[in-house]
Amino acid sequence: MSATALATPPLAPGAPLSKKVLVADHPTWCPGCGDFAVLASFYRVLEKLNYPHEKIVTFAGIGCSSRFPYFVNTHGGHFIHGRALPFAAGISLGGDDLHVFVFGGDGDGFSIGGNHLVHTARKNVNLTYVIMDNSVYGLTKKQTSPTSPIGFKSKTDPWGAMDQPINPMRTLLNSGATFVARSHATQVNHMTDMMLRAAKHPGFSVVEILSECVEFFEGAFDAANPRKGGRWTLIEEKKNDGSPEDANRHDVTDEVSAFKLAQQAWPGSFGVFYENNVRQTKNALEAGLIAKTRERTKNASDLAVLQATFAKMR
Amino acid sequence: MVSPNSPTNPEGAASAPGTPRSIQDVVIRLAGNSQDGIQSIGGFLARLAGRSDQDVMTYMTIPSTISGGPSIFQVRMGTGDILSAGDRADMLVAFYQHSYEAHIGSLRPGGVLLYDSDHVTPAEGDNRFTYVACPITAGTVEAVGGTSKDKGKNIFVLGLIARVFDLDVAKLATLIKERFGGKDESIVRNSMLAFDAGYAWPQSNLRDLFYRFEAVDRAVSASGRPQVTMDGNMAIAYGLITGGVRHGAAYPITPWTSVMETLRVELPKYGGIFVQCEDEIASISTAIGFSYTGQLAMTGSSGPGISLKMEALGWATMAEMPLIVVNVQRGGPSTGLPTNVEQSDLMQAIYGSHGDTPRVVLAPKNVEDCFYIALEATRIARAYSTPVLILSDQGLSSRIEVFEEPDLAKLMVDPKPDRSERGADFKPYPLDRITRHAPPGSKILSGKYPTVSGLEHDELGHPSGSPKVHQQMTIKRREKLKQLAATLPAPELNGDSSGEVLLVTWGSSWGPGREALGRVRKAGVKAGHLHLRHIHPLPNDLEQVFARYHKIVVAELNDEGLYGYGQFAMMLRARYANPAISSVCKTDGLTFKVSEIVAGIAKHIESTELDATIGVMRKSALATS
Repeated sequence: MSATALATPPLAPGAPLSKKVLVADHPTWCPGCGDFAVLASFYRVLEKLNYPHEKIVTFAGIGCSSRFPYFVNTHGGHFIHGRALPFAAGISLGGDDLHVFVFGGDGDGFSIGGNHLVHTARKNVNLTYVIMDNSVYGLTKKQTSPTSPIGFKSKTDPWGAMDQPINPMRTLLNSGATFVARSHATQVNHMTDMMLRAAKHPGFSVVEILSECVEFFEGAFDAANPRKGGRWTLIEEKKNDGSPEDANRHDVTDEVSAFKLAQQAWPGSFGVFYENNVRQTKNALEAGLIAKTRERTKNASDLAVLQATFAKMR
Repeated sequence: MVSPNSPTNPEGAASAPGTPRSIQDVVIRLAGNSQDGIQSIGGFLARLAGRSDQDVMTYMTIPSTISGGPSIFQVRMGTGDILSAGDRADMLVAFYQHSYEAHIGSLRPGGVLLYDSDHVTPAEGDNRFTYVACPITAGTVEAVGGTSKDKGKNIFVLGLIARVFDLDVAKLATLIKERFGGKDESIVRNSMLAFDAGYAWPQSNLRDLFYRFEAVDRAVSASGRPQVTMDGNMAIAYGLITGGVRHGAAYPITPWTSVMETLRVELPKYGGIFVQCEDEIASISTAIGFSYTGQLAMTGSSGPGISLKMEALGWATMAEMPLIVVNVQRGGPSTGLPTNVEQSDLMQAIYGSHGDTPRVVLAPKNVEDCFYIALEATRIARAYSTPVLILSDQGLSSRIEVFEEPDLAKLMVDPKPDRSERGADFKPYPLDRITRHAPPGSKILSGKYPTVSGLEHDELGHPSGSPKVHQQMTIKRREKLKQLAATLPAPELNGDSSGEVLLVTWGSSWGPGREALGRVRKAGVKAGHLHLRHIHPLPNDLEQVFARYHKIVVAELNDEGLYGYGQFAMMLRARYANPAISSVCKTDGLTFKVSEIVAGIAKHIESTELDATIGVMRKSALATS
């Protein structure tokens, strides 16, 4: 724990959330890591959202990026590798008034935790998941990751990666995530906007952020970075303004168009691929089940319900 | 007595059956196929016993095949305490030739074979048994008629049993109506037709089989509470609900599944949520996530599923998160014997996971205790901010027993999470106190919000690589369980308080252990029986109990391993360094027979008074019995 963390002043009653109170331990990331920008951007997101401080929860799995919660002064923690999503589902369903943010990397999300991603998405648990994708295993010092491109030379593929990488957007769309967006750690305003929209989305929202590992995969995302000669292509969303150019804009509620965007050649486009505000969240469905059940028991007390159940077993 | 439902029986079976013979208890084994509904016969008898003054314990095996295949149900019923399912059957009901062939060996000589003469031809010249041939299939078809074929054979047999053992027909009829009442009216009618036909099957064919259970003076419980009937898995589920568990997550696996089925249906009534997850790991993760919100949660599984949960269990130990993990043990390793019983996950429960992971392990002794152990698990998990494992097993999971309804009003726990403001000095992991987490939603007045972590951490929950901190925190996590141990009650000790031999059991081997003690003492051996429900930590001062006996024999359902000791015996030897501790183990997938424990004890005490080959009885005792 750093000295600055101890010195964090308490938030004065009624004062808006500010970066000053949100800062915690000093990040353990390497200088130049893309994750610093994601963290800075997340402070801005929290400032803008201005939720009650005690109701924000940041959680993570294992990996460089998963150290995130130690750097944000909110309730939170650090679970085991790949399982942050089911843990966070428990937080979200157990405390429906909480604002749950999960951070992790590509290994956590697409490799060891791949199946949890699919099922948390299909259940539409109300939480926001930020995947900081660096296409390499950084914490363990340069092994092939599920998003490493073919040919990437790592310690586990010294001759170059041979396995087809995951297409994150296609995977997320296919899972049934109800908010799917993509951003880049060098585009702080865009990243902030994407995380903000994800946080406000009712349901399972995911933002994949390409966040470079300067130590083990330098230049991985230069192709989308204009300062490095790359091409930054933003998704133009439909405005429904009746203009002729609107016909060519992307309808975020159209799953087929979203899949088409996901099929674009590297580095592809950035922005919101898909948003579905129609499907109910698991939180709402479970609450509905409880309401219906309690209606049947005429809101009887816990003890009365239990006693009635035992009476049937006499 | 005539079934009130068939006042005009054409067979005229209502003739006076003569005087019933008095018996104390009976063991009936029903053998058929899994779709014959023989389990429901056991269910009816159990509930009947619950509404009478009889105890019942059932024993059931269901093949792991989904439908079809052999299935048996053994019920022991009678007056007074029933502690085990009975070693051998007094009556075998065989529905098919294969049922007869597979189970005739379990019938005691002199016992009754009741068989479906439409399907079974017993071996000629075997004079050991009383044979009753009954056309169960034809009798059912004739009674029910229509298109239902032989559906209802089980209820026909229930009628027969009711007749032979002079059971309360009016109460049984009520139970049948309650059971099928919600369904199509024709089902109740057909069931009653089948029941009456079985009950009215001509007396002359039953030879002189007519019994009545002895009336014994049972102390009416002072509480005046009624008896309830349920299986072990239900008792665990309701014990957890009583203890304030409102959240859980799991994945289906035999024989655990019915706990989660019950909780999924029940918890919404209490405002709770039970999540069926994509796998075992997600289940424990979600459950810990629930607990993190300040609401003690549970997960559960059977052996292989518990293996998958081990990494997350390590996290819960490290992060000191309260959690209930139920393991309904089955035969292992791997898929093993999914529908059989074993107590072979003990070491996994205590030492599984990785690193030093002290946690609590409890084991229920019978169905009633499944309720109380679950309740106690919730208390310990909260008080010591720790994961608690409950080691039940397949034998308890589906066994139906009758017990006094718990005092729910007194026991019910209100599970509200504590979201109160925490003072400026709040630390989630204080070195000098037991951890009390501040769940999200709680304001922290210092403005410094806590993190919970699987990394070694300082008192505020932030990562620390300091050797000193790791040592201190390891001690903290260990010492709190030693504090718990000091509060545990002395375990149940029966029989002689000192003597030749002490029988030690844990978990569901309690019942056969109790009966074995009775037989051993009857044979003139000075013996005691110690039963442990708190497996880890062990209650204090056991060494003083052990010191009072020459031999200590631990009976458990697992293998004696490479060194000749079962898992619990190994634990006890390591803990007490007492060379008098030895093992009686078996791994045939079945609960202990009383005679097996007695034989095991006999072997260890080398008493000439005991004849291991016949189990219990001293020769002189045998001669006079």
